[in-house]
Amino acid sequence: MALANKETSVAQPTGTSTRPAPARLPLVSLILGALTTVGMAITLWMAFFYAPTDAVQGEPQRIFYVHVPVSWIGMLAFVVMALAGIVYLKTKDERWDWLARASAELGTLFITLALITGSIWGRTTWGTWWTWDARLTTTLILWFVYVGYLMLRSSMGRTHASARAGAVMSIICVIDVPIIYESVNWWRTLHPVAEVGVAGSLPNSVVLTLMISLTVFTLLYAVLMIQVYQFQRVQTLAQRLRVGLED
Amino acid sequence: MILLNQVWTILWKDIRTELRSKQMIAGMGLFALLVLVIFNFAFDLRVDNKAAVAPGALWVAFVFASFLGLGRTIAAEREKGSFDRLLLCPVDRKAIYLAKLLGNVLFIGVVEIVALPVFAILFNVPFAAGALIPIVLLGTVGIASVGTLFSAMAAATRARELLLPLLVFPLIVPIVIASVRATGALMVVTANEPPWLGLIAAFDAIFLSLSTVLFEYVIEE
Repeated sequence: MALANKETSVAQPTGTSTRPAPARLPLVSLILGALTTVGMAITLWMAFFYAPTDAVQGEPQRIFYVHVPVSWIGMLAFVVMALAGIVYLKTKDERWDWLARASAELGTLFITLALITGSIWGRTTWGTWWTWDARLTTTLILWFVYVGYLMLRSSMGRTHASARAGAVMSIICVIDVPIIYESVNWWRTLHPVAEVGVAGSLPNSVVLTLMISLTVFTLLYAVLMIQVYQFQRVQTLAQRLRVGLED
Repeated sequence: MILLNQVWTILWKDIRTELRSKQMIAGMGLFALLVLVIFNFAFDLRVDNKAAVAPGALWVAFVFASFLGLGRTIAAEREKGSFDRLLLCPVDRKAIYLAKLLGNVLFIGVVEIVALPVFAILFNVPFAAGALIPIVLLGTVGIASVGTLFSAMAAATRARELLLPLLVFPLIVPIVIASVRATGALMVVTANEPPWLGLIAAFDAIFLSLSTVLFEYVIEE
């Protein structure tokens, strides 16, 4: 396994974090998971039956209750990644890198869903799958950044150099994305602006459904983060063991 | 002062290396010219669409040519094994970054000086050299500031030629948009153009300072 060897030979255990911890009862995971499952059922019911049908856009508008939360998670995951990157550079604790990597993998998933759901909505409302609007373009670029990050990380393996490069990249990107948004916004824009919070613009039932949906999707992100983080940890430990056996 | 001295020493070393082989500049320059020629075939240039296509073609040529040079910045040092020695030198990591950045700006700049007149002839556009200089200079600094940082990152991977453009292209979107628009505004005067040059300058300032600080984490062994 030349690949694994190259990937792990540099990474030395740092502190206590790398010792294989005994598997604890995943109580938090279970509770969060149960909450998310119930919440997701409620969200679906609210999105399809409770929230009123949009007067202009009709039924397709309901995809909004999925589209907005997944876009939000797509961006939140990136900020989490950059924050974990900053802490990693400060502390050199590889647990923060597992966190960043887990967030990157989930963020890629959510931002992809945001692009797909947005495209479906755009087809029914704008009559086109894609336009070069500021939000769409920025989201697409964020998708490229996520994929680039994952490619960089996988080609550098599980080394400290890889973790540092990932942290630097996420910090650069988290500052660049607002600038990209602004530049494309100057270039051209079409996306509907947020109407939540403006008095009288949206019925309360719509706002309530959206808020619950946002909360539930954030919970889903938290549940998945715990799982993927553990996965990252186990992968790192497994590769380290494999290298240890070969030596 | 010490920092300036260190920057100059590393930069002068790179310039002398380049002057001996002239490989990179020649390669980048030829490539930029080829891109311009290809664009002439790819777009059927007429008087009515020239102003829309020409700035884009120019900047695509510049950006593509820059990547050839950027990819070599650290990779060439690593291949010869001189990068470890550079790191062993008692120099500030910031000096290494700034020297590499200035070297890239210089080499890309030379290529641009060669490519601009050819562009003006091939595309038959009147190019106002004076007004174009700040756009080209600031745009090049922007591409090079992010590009130099990421070239150090990509040099440590096995697929660096593949990875560098994938990582840097998304990030320099503001530079490309603003430079193309600002260049276009020189050819066709349009009302109410946003302050493109200001956007490039802000981008440069932010990413120059950020990359200078973060560079040491990328090259740490």
